[in-house]
Amino acid sequence: MTASPDTRMKTEEIGKEGRVAAIAVENLRKSFDALMVLNGITLRVEQGETLAVLGRSGTGKSVLLRIIIGLVQPDSGSIQIQGQSLSGLSVDELGVLRKKMGFLFQHAALYDSLTVAENVAFPLAHHRREMAKSERSDRVERLLAEVGMETSLDKMPSEISGGMQKRVGLARALALQPEILLLDEPTAGLDPISSREIDDLILKLQAEHHMASIVVTHDLFSAKTISNRLALLDQGNVVIEGTFEDLQQSDISFVSEFLQHP
Amino acid sequence: MTPPYEWRELIRQLDEIGSKSLPLVALAGAAIGVVVSLEARYTLSRFGAKSLFPSSLVYSVIEVMGPIITGLVVSGRVGAGIGAELASMKVTEQIDAIEASAINPYRLLAATRILACIVMLPLLTVAADICALLTGWFAQAMVEPLAFRQFIENGFHGATFNAFLPPTFKTSVYGLIIGLIACFQGMRTTGGAEGVGRAATNSVVLASLFLILADVVLVKFILVVFP
Repeated sequence: MTASPDTRMKTEEIGKEGRVAAIAVENLRKSFDALMVLNGITLRVEQGETLAVLGRSGTGKSVLLRIIIGLVQPDSGSIQIQGQSLSGLSVDELGVLRKKMGFLFQHAALYDSLTVAENVAFPLAHHRREMAKSERSDRVERLLAEVGMETSLDKMPSEISGGMQKRVGLARALALQPEILLLDEPTAGLDPISSREIDDLILKLQAEHHMASIVVTHDLFSAKTISNRLALLDQGNVVIEGTFEDLQQSDISFVSEFLQHP
Repeated sequence: MTPPYEWRELIRQLDEIGSKSLPLVALAGAAIGVVVSLEARYTLSRFGAKSLFPSSLVYSVIEVMGPIITGLVVSGRVGAGIGAELASMKVTEQIDAIEASAINPYRLLAATRILACIVMLPLLTVAADICALLTGWFAQAMVEPLAFRQFIENGFHGATFNAFLPPTFKTSVYGLIIGLIACFQGMRTTGGAEGVGRAATNSVVLASLFLILADVVLVKFILVVFP
């Protein structure tokens, strides 16, 4: 399946649909000891939109996602998920927001003592306890079929390839039908063909589910393919934010250099 | 302590910590029974008190050797296992994935393991005690005929609640120590494979050390509260 840009919603159409952003990051700062990783990041993602966050290794892209999902606490700044601020939330309140978000880790982070099917069923078993076992099994099979892994239900994560693990990770991230999807380097470590397959899969899922997505990547081709807008980070700041064409037309030297040598 | 409770994981851990430690604990208990029997027989013979052999073996095993040997064996097997398992999950972001799924990793992973240790240690101690008494009697009977019934009657003669139950149930404290230390070491790991190894080693060493130190306090506590 070849990726089609036409499956992505145009940004101006997205903006008209909702007034409250799905994800709103305002002046976010984070340091680890003396190292400033995020130095006042401001970003906004509307429902149905995909924002690709690019940058060199170590520029805080993954930290940004971890702060949004609440795994890391920022030093200052604010994050709002569908209008609700993350700061000062109790564990239960944070849990309510987390159930609206799906997270794909860079190395999939599958539970290695569970089978592929059990991995995808894990969130359902904990948050949909009223769901009958047969209904849960059906849902798991549908999710795995959606990502092309329907023949690997009983396999262990160690028995499947990295690309397959990413697919299962995506299926698990979608288990609770999230409205927001956070993807940390979805094509990292994959060969070009597997990377393009993951890109096509992400595009298909976005077209079907209309989630707000942030994709952290250093794969420029992938970012250009699956996103509506791109944000390029450098030294903890957003250097530029816009479409790929905006980046190409930018006269900022770092942007030009990044596009030539991503 | 509030619901929902992770019953499935708790049952899995009860099996992992209890059932799967049983053969090792039984073997250790059996070995200790023989050792204590041989030593007790030799020492009591020197002082002309061979008739006290059954009760000396029973009290030694149930009050002292059984609990501490069970604790140390479980500390090694279970402590290392929990420490390594959780450390491996930590460095491969599985614990982060659990948290990102709006599931409390401490409730799911730590609480279940700690509770399983607390519940299973006394049961494993009873198993070790039984094996130790059986092999202790057998070791004695091989040298000098002693009917098993006579051994039991003499050994438990005058036994009271205070003599046997508190020493057995103090092993729940051992379980708490093993579970807490192993879970802490595992879930706070950093540093990849080296960190996993360090977590496993630290779990065993620290749990064993604190278990022995706790025994000092617990023995005194039992002697005071259950005279």
